[in-house]
Amino acid sequence: MQDNQNIEERKMQNRKRRELLIGASALAGASLLSPIARAQSAKLRVGLMLPYTGTYAQLGAAIENGFRLALDQSGGKFGGREVEFFKVDDESEPSKATDNANRLITRDKVDVLVGSVHSGVAIGMLKVAKESGTLMLIPNAGADAATGALCTPNVFRTSFSNWQPVHPLGKVMVDRGHKKAVFITWKYAAGEESLASFKEGYAAAGATVVKELFVPFPNVEFQALLTEIAAIKPDAVACFFAGGGAVKFVKDYAAAGLKDKVPLYGSGFLTEGVLSAQGDAAEGLVTTLHYADSLDNPRNKAFRAAYGKAYKTEPDVYSMQGYDTGLLLAQALGKVKGDIGNQKAVIAAMEGALIDSPRGQWKMSKAHNPIQDIYLRRVEKGDNKVIGVAWKALEDPARGCRM
Amino acid sequence: MDFATFLIQLLNAVQYGLLLFLIAGGLTLILGIMGIINLAHGSFYMVGAYLAWSLSMHLGSLWLAIPAGIVLSVILGLLLEWLLIRRLYRLGHLQQVLLTYGLILIVEELRSIIWGDDVHGVPMPELLSASIPLTDTLAYPVYRLWISAVCVVFALLLYVLIQRTRLGMMIRAGASNREMVQSLGIDIDLLYRFVFALGVALAALAGMIAAPVSSVFPAMGNQVLIVCFAVVVIGGIGSVKGALVGALLIGLVDTFGKVTELPIGGLRFLPELAGMSVYLLMAVVLLWRPAGLFGKSS
Amino acid sequence: MSRSNTLAIAAVVILIALALLPFVAEKFTVQFATRILIMAIFAMSLNLLVGHAGLVSLGHAAYFGIAGYCLALSSPQYQAANFWTSLPLAMIAAGALALAIGALVLRTSGIYFIMATLAFAQMLHSLLHDTGIAGGSDGIFIYARPDIGFFGWRAFDLEKFGDFYFVVLALFVVVFGFIGVLRASLFGRVIAGIRVNEPRMRSLGFATFRYKLVCFVLAGMLAGLAGYLAAVQFGVVNPDMLGWHFSGAVLMMVILGGMGTLAGPVIGATAMLLLEIGFQSLPAVDGINPGKHWQLPMGIAIVLVALYLPNGLTGLLRRGRADE
Repeated sequence: MQDNQNIEERKMQNRKRRELLIGASALAGASLLSPIARAQSAKLRVGLMLPYTGTYAQLGAAIENGFRLALDQSGGKFGGREVEFFKVDDESEPSKATDNANRLITRDKVDVLVGSVHSGVAIGMLKVAKESGTLMLIPNAGADAATGALCTPNVFRTSFSNWQPVHPLGKVMVDRGHKKAVFITWKYAAGEESLASFKEGYAAAGATVVKELFVPFPNVEFQALLTEIAAIKPDAVACFFAGGGAVKFVKDYAAAGLKDKVPLYGSGFLTEGVLSAQGDAAEGLVTTLHYADSLDNPRNKAFRAAYGKAYKTEPDVYSMQGYDTGLLLAQALGKVKGDIGNQKAVIAAMEGALIDSPRGQWKMSKAHNPIQDIYLRRVEKGDNKVIGVAWKALEDPARGCRM
Repeated sequence: MDFATFLIQLLNAVQYGLLLFLIAGGLTLILGIMGIINLAHGSFYMVGAYLAWSLSMHLGSLWLAIPAGIVLSVILGLLLEWLLIRRLYRLGHLQQVLLTYGLILIVEELRSIIWGDDVHGVPMPELLSASIPLTDTLAYPVYRLWISAVCVVFALLLYVLIQRTRLGMMIRAGASNREMVQSLGIDIDLLYRFVFALGVALAALAGMIAAPVSSVFPAMGNQVLIVCFAVVVIGGIGSVKGALVGALLIGLVDTFGKVTELPIGGLRFLPELAGMSVYLLMAVVLLWRPAGLFGKSS
Repeated sequence: MSRSNTLAIAAVVILIALALLPFVAEKFTVQFATRILIMAIFAMSLNLLVGHAGLVSLGHAAYFGIAGYCLALSSPQYQAANFWTSLPLAMIAAGALALAIGALVLRTSGIYFIMATLAFAQMLHSLLHDTGIAGGSDGIFIYARPDIGFFGWRAFDLEKFGDFYFVVLALFVVVFGFIGVLRASLFGRVIAGIRVNEPRMRSLGFATFRYKLVCFVLAGMLAGLAGYLAAVQFGVVNPDMLGWHFSGAVLMMVILGGMGTLAGPVIGATAMLLLEIGFQSLPAVDGINPGKHWQLPMGIAIVLVALYLPNGLTGLLRRGRADE
């Protein structure tokens, strides 16, 4: 009796096991086979690795919009080739960066990788791009190392290095009589590199940072540190915050009554894309950045008009950087007539490119970072007005670059 | 640090601690009375914040949004308990950890689908948007004082509920002896449903009132959750009084830790390790006195 | 045919298939398979604690992460570390951490044990996230994979995805065998006995605390092995590798696969990663992109497993068979 029952049970189990295995392999097969089945085409495969969710989602969208605008203005083609986009949400997670970049390069076989916003993610992408030799364009991430110690021939940046925007701020503050400042920022690469650059510029102008305050990233609880700043009573406060954190900090700073007592300065990201959210609290803030919405040059005016028409919203520095990335690719691919496989020629074209950008004309430094003017801006009536040029043709020192 | 600054930092610490208490109070009730490890508790805090943002946009002001939000979160709590949580009573801690972990993912994605992934600010009500000057450089936002006041009010209400009402007596009885309470004819299932909804509502309320000062952003519940577990452990599982003391203690450690300079052997122990010291405290309590400051020793 | 014979044949067939993978599949698939094998090692290490010893740890990622950090910190800045020195170093670091933490947390039990493991993992997470000693919240990048050369003789190059896959596969087989032998040994049976009835084991004369501690340390070292390999594969370590979210994810793999069995955690890790990539690859329909929200079906799957699959997938496969 026992044996019969066991045989029946075993038959049932085998059937169930088969069904389970078939189901599982179908699911696996479907997801693994589809990229192989993709037909080869003559389209240029552009991989966009940007944050579509999280704190930087707005920035990711702005960059993509700017990029697409440049593509549209180039007749929808780069170097005569149409573009096929492959998008990955990097979630601003450095730990997933190599995975995501690998997916774009090995599975989707992109010709050029564009990304990212978060510096940690960009460094991860850079590593993968270095290994695979894929052309990579950085439309925002400012990690100094990307065009510094880790500089690579096939990697270009069209935005800025963390060192650049805040470097002139020290002299600006000293010129206004602030010789003792507190610097506050998030404790992550972008914040620390901004601090280092600020200290350098501030010391060169003969002043000192009396206290460095850090907030764990991406924490936005500033109350205790604002109390601390009030107790220290420095001449001024300089900072680096961006996005939602910038909104919160500026508002909290004003709510703590510090705005009129201790002047606040920062790199321009403090007031980029967030002025409407900050409202009155941002009025009068002086910042330095490689761009300003109100820049009075014909290129910027045309850019802003075209962007507004296409996306029904105002562009910001991130849109502009995305736009310049498109311009760079258009120019380089135009020179090589779309042959992105000829990487040496593409690289040479990019190195020699003169970008007629909304921020002004700029060229690539030897380390593949923009050499650009840094503008002095002040918030007036909810707008960043350009009140001068804080530094002309500032070039990142590219420390550690061996190219 | 001069005396005025010290007092203000004390105020900061108490405000943070009281808000923590509001969230942790619900967590300790759920853990102590229902015996459920609820990893999704931080998600309810986030839901509260997003409710504050979207309701205040649709209804026009935070004053209307908060009562509406409370009602919605109570309904959410009742629904979740009936649908999922009640199936956990006879299962072990492992299944609870797992189910509530899955719940975190579900709530996070639903939030992403319904409300998107951008960071939002919630405007403070006009009435409370002023700041009171405290020193010649620093002013204190009235809104933050109001947050503390709301937390104190709810702490008192909770105390009255648990210590002075029949319902509270049933809750306390249900914690120590589920079967006995059932045999007395009290519907323990309904009781548990109420406790869970209460916990969810408290966490959501905390998210709502804190939204104007903390911003509304994805995954904002993750940090809060773990700190609340620390509060519950330090105060004692199941003890609301313990949650209050634990929360204030953590508020003090965290706030003063952030602004104190204490280098130990080349490492900037404070302020950099202010965050770690909270968990250090939690570990010390677990090892030395697992029942916490006010918990019942098993 | 007896059960153990069927299983042995199945195991050999699977092993041969795995060994042939790099020759037939494309790079992305091999890299994905490598990732599965590494997570399987991690899941097996946790299963030793959860399934075998009955100790529910919510902080196991701490040992995974610390080994990865050990590799990152012991690698010279832009050069490769030596595989033969850095791997044992990483595993010893993970083991030492497990010894220190285990000696403390094993004095508690039940929910307090769960909370204690969580507390210590979070402490380590805070230490690495909030200070600059190891790159802070950005973590550290590992620019070159470890050099597996042996006195100049380079049989494998870990930079090549195929070679790396074989090394990981070999280590996976070793760990699988090790745990199999451990389970059958006296040590393994004492641990199982402790899970079932600790006071009885103590009355039989076993120093149960010591056995649990050894189990905890072994689990920590194996988690460290997985963490080391993961750091090599990703090229980056960051505090999230020690976070409670990650500890929760690996716990899910163990339970999904089936606790206390040998193959369970492997099946669980495989299933979970396949589900993840499956959900992520769901095609976009009418402007709605379900792939972006893959954590929703994942969360639902986890909830269903918690409620209806107490014995995991291996339990499903074995239903109807008499219990062990």
